[in-house]
Amino acid sequence: MTAPTLLETRGLVKHFGGVQAVAGLDLTMAEGEVLGLIGPNGAGKTTVFNLLSGFLSPNSGSIHFRGRSVRGLKPHAICRLGLARTFQIVRPFARLSVLDNVMVGALARHPEAPRARERARAVIEGLGLGPKASQPAGGLTLPERKRLELARALATEPTLLLLDEVMAGLNATEIATLVALIGEIHRGGVSILLIEHNMRAVMALSHRIVVLNFGETVTEGPPAVVANDPRVVEAYLGEDYAAASPPR
Amino acid sequence: MAVAALLVLVALPLAPTLVGSYVVTLLTLIFFYGYLGQAWNIVGGYAGQLSAGHAAFLGIGAYACAVLAVEKGLTPWIGMFVGGALAAVLGTLIGFLGFRFGLRGFYFVLLTVAFAEICRIVASNVDAIGGAVGYYITFTGDPRQFQFQDARAYYYIALVLMLGATGLVAWLERRRFGVYLSAIREDEGACEALGVDTFRYKMLAMMLSSFLTGIGGAFYAFYVFSLQPASVFGIPLSVEIIIRAVVGGAGTVAGPIVGSFILSPLAELARHYFAQSGWHGAHLIVYGALLIAVVLFLPEGAYPRLARLLRR
Repeated sequence: MTAPTLLETRGLVKHFGGVQAVAGLDLTMAEGEVLGLIGPNGAGKTTVFNLLSGFLSPNSGSIHFRGRSVRGLKPHAICRLGLARTFQIVRPFARLSVLDNVMVGALARHPEAPRARERARAVIEGLGLGPKASQPAGGLTLPERKRLELARALATEPTLLLLDEVMAGLNATEIATLVALIGEIHRGGVSILLIEHNMRAVMALSHRIVVLNFGETVTEGPPAVVANDPRVVEAYLGEDYAAASPPR
Repeated sequence: MAVAALLVLVALPLAPTLVGSYVVTLLTLIFFYGYLGQAWNIVGGYAGQLSAGHAAFLGIGAYACAVLAVEKGLTPWIGMFVGGALAAVLGTLIGFLGFRFGLRGFYFVLLTVAFAEICRIVASNVDAIGGAVGYYITFTGDPRQFQFQDARAYYYIALVLMLGATGLVAWLERRRFGVYLSAIREDEGACEALGVDTFRYKMLAMMLSSFLTGIGGAFYAFYVFSLQPASVFGIPLSVEIIIRAVVGGAGTVAGPIVGSFILSPLAELARHYFAQSGWHGAHLIVYGALLIAVVLFLPEGAYPRLARLLRR
């Protein structure tokens, strides 16, 4: 009994000059899944996000989202199909209010401004940004900006949400809150693909984890299995360290 | 705030009956430049696409309307829309080249300046429209030809233009179009990620802005009655338009109007004073100094500061 496929890439390749950032990636996500994408710095995780969301076009390979090819589509068109993303380095519309920021996302589904504003307000309340609604986004703290980034993407009412290191720079309490929040979003019916360096968060949230290194899948599987895979240790810490680690 | 705005709205239509002709002329210029600043505000202030060649749109609107009226007998009341449409065609072309090929910041500025300069050079060399000598309209005083014996008619037309454009911008600001434009100014990439077709909205902003500026050109032609390529297509005019919105507050509804009320009288006085002492063009130095002061001390423009002061 498997859920229908939501996202599928085949042989996805992206190189920048001589650097192979993504080297023939096959990635499949089922509807309703939370998939963690981990790997050392420079493994190609963010490039994968940029390819999926249309910010970069692949040199070769295919991307299918909900059964249709999205390769070559502009980011705004992909967003309207139901694939939303956040940015690792948050990009608030600094001089717009928090409400207007989120409203930009909501307008993708509700062209009438009053309705979109209403929807945006509901999303803001849900993420605990309510008291900040009328403040300019430029004045938010980092944890608030991270939430705003999430709120804007959510307001586009996605089927699949790509989260690029939303935990980075947050303290343990803030991470716990955000993990709970993302769990809630998932229960609300949104599939989630997350890039995350915070292992506790990624282990807690993911149904399955894909480990990426040099633009290729090193291994994949349930969190508990992946965490103990020597190839993962190797990818993060190097071959010597893996060889030196005591046998289990 | 609202009360003050209401008082001004009531006072402006009555003003010409109370004040002398010099003040009427001054106010007409304030409204006209406020209108042009508001038209620029759509693409330059809200969408953040710094066009420094809006004179091109004004010039095309002015020449088209004047030539059609003089050569073809088309009333400027219709000709102004033809002029606006032609300006919008140029705006579409400039916008397409700039936005399709991702020219941002200074490169977009240069593109717009280049097109305005091309227009100026073409107009200076086409004898059919007067070449470098300019194009002249014979004054008949016929209202059907957009000509009025009474200067107060121009005052009212300029007032309607300014209030109309401002009303349009105030209306758009609250709708999807306005919210999208402001977001595009802040971060285009983030907009795309949120489902905004940034190319489309920048194009629409450019078309609307150039159309309105072209209509302004028609007013210019039948207010001044002579068109010189250097003055209607020149960089100084583009600067005059931009600086009003920037000084008053680019990307705000009231900004260009506030800017025009600050700058237009200053420009007239400076122009008058410096011209008498033989210092032609020296008012541009005053502008430059003022612009530096605004960038340093009021980077959002005068209006946001003014609004905060009045709210206290």
